[in-house]
Amino acid sequence: MPTFTREEIEHLGDLARIALTDDEITRLQGELNVIAESIAKVQEVAGEDVPPTANPVPLEAYLRPDVAERPLTQEEALAAAPATESGMFVAPRILGEE
Amino acid sequence: MTQQTELVTLSAAQMAEAINAGEVSSRELVEAQLAAIDAAEPSIQAFLQVSRDQALQQADDFDARRQSGDVDGLPELAGVPIAVKDMIVTKGIATTAASKILEGWIPPYDATVVRKLKHAGMPILGKTNLDEFAQGSSTEHSAYQTTHNPWDTSRVPGGSGGGSASAVAAFEAPLALGTDTGGSIRQPGALTGTVGVKPTYGGVSRFGAIAMASSLDQIGPVSRTVLDAALLHEVIGGYDERDSTSIPKPLGKLADAAREGQRQDLHGMRVGLVKEIGGEGFQPGVEARFREAVSALEAMGAEVVEVSCPHFSYSLGAYYIIMPSEVSSNLARYDGMRYGLRVMPPEGKAQTAANMMAATREQGFGDEVKRRIILGTYALSAGYYDAWYGSAQKVRTLIIRDFAQAFEQVDVLVSPTSPSTAFKFGEKMDDPLTMYLNDVATIPANLAGVPAMSIPAGLSDDGLPVGFQFFAPQMKDEVMYKPAAALEAALLEQQHGPIWQSMNTPWLDGLNK
Repeated sequence: MPTFTREEIEHLGDLARIALTDDEITRLQGELNVIAESIAKVQEVAGEDVPPTANPVPLEAYLRPDVAERPLTQEEALAAAPATESGMFVAPRILGEE
Repeated sequence: MTQQTELVTLSAAQMAEAINAGEVSSRELVEAQLAAIDAAEPSIQAFLQVSRDQALQQADDFDARRQSGDVDGLPELAGVPIAVKDMIVTKGIATTAASKILEGWIPPYDATVVRKLKHAGMPILGKTNLDEFAQGSSTEHSAYQTTHNPWDTSRVPGGSGGGSASAVAAFEAPLALGTDTGGSIRQPGALTGTVGVKPTYGGVSRFGAIAMASSLDQIGPVSRTVLDAALLHEVIGGYDERDSTSIPKPLGKLADAAREGQRQDLHGMRVGLVKEIGGEGFQPGVEARFREAVSALEAMGAEVVEVSCPHFSYSLGAYYIIMPSEVSSNLARYDGMRYGLRVMPPEGKAQTAANMMAATREQGFGDEVKRRIILGTYALSAGYYDAWYGSAQKVRTLIIRDFAQAFEQVDVLVSPTSPSTAFKFGEKMDDPLTMYLNDVATIPANLAGVPAMSIPAGLSDDGLPVGFQFFAPQMKDEVMYKPAAALEAALLEQQHGPIWQSMNTPWLDGLNK
């Protein structure tokens, strides 16, 4: 049975790239422990002999003819961007200063 | 011109008939619906956006085309207006998924289903409200507004597709599109007295449906009658090369099956009652209407037996592992880089891309979405993957086997759609687990990819609608349309008219004045 600690929730927030507030961490800790307890029972019936299902309607992979289509224009692709420059997306810097 | 109140209370099939008979134009229908929307929205709030000008333009285009006699290849519903859940992208019409992170986003392309609606000459009235990213069962998790249930405006319309269901129930639109990941079309259908269909997984293209949980998501029809749902399902369904999970086979004859059902003869049909759905947690009024509806199926000649699906009790647990896992992965794309909200980190924090993402996602996502992303991140993380995600995927296999065994004995399975009728605002917001239980009867269909639909089965003792659910085998969606239409017709006779006759619609009194 998993028990979420405060540190674990903070770590999950980092992994998921969400800057959770202290209040949110406290609330999530309580809620996730209740939810986890109720869903852990799936392990009761998940025997080794049962194969997993990823897609409920399995389809064979297939090839289709390679037909050229007009993609979005550069203007369309950039239209909703928070920041652009010279036809490119502008991202904040990747590395910190230290 | 016919009175607008009469127009908006027609079924979509009746509207189509009136168009074909030359009694009404598509423009007149759109104008009547826009008038109903204007009158109803102050109390219902089903729409996030009304696309008035586009809808009128589409109607005029269709009317001109019809005038010129160029109607070859158009479906029966051509010219009939429709609303679209704001989880489905529409070129040139803002699409938000009811999230602040997509506020004001105008998609540069149409979803395949929207393209099909446009080809069919069906004007799009606007975009309907939902729980943020379709995550919720009451539409209270929308970042923008609360949608009210037209049966009692102090109650929720269900969710996540509460906007589509309320719009159709309140006569703001004859039809709508929804998306159903765990019950988001069917449960709001039950709570608002409307019809909601989740097609076979892969039966309707998901291209342009904003992804929530990709192995469960399915677009489907919302309507007031079974035939209308079948007609719309035929418009939007079928193979699409843009969706790699789209089934490369033609659809069954859905509208034919619905019309056959209207004759109320179910001799030779075997119906299975799912033993594991019902009892504890289900309101007595819901179970009473359910039993009466089963008797009506028997009276039409159906053979009814009880069927056991022993692993259904594990489906809620499996769903709340698989769904958040896929949510955490799908919603990783909202990173403030190429579209949507960007929030820079507070002063004193390094102004890096990673900190920008964390600040953007903290501010842009609501509580329920964050809850699911964190839970899914956990379920997929190293060391826990096998115990959680792996186990849930195995349960999925067991549920598929339960359905397969059941469908060896019967043609369709039936159950109540939702344990309760519509609840009050705020009643379940502080307790996520209780909210999750709303979908206990609808989730098995998503896990197994089988088609399922909810139709109204009368009113409970509290005067609110009850939903009756049919399940059919994969790729046999037509099999459920026949008994659903038969039950609808039988209940119509028993109750001397459609369920909505008992609904107060003060907003319609104001039309034509």
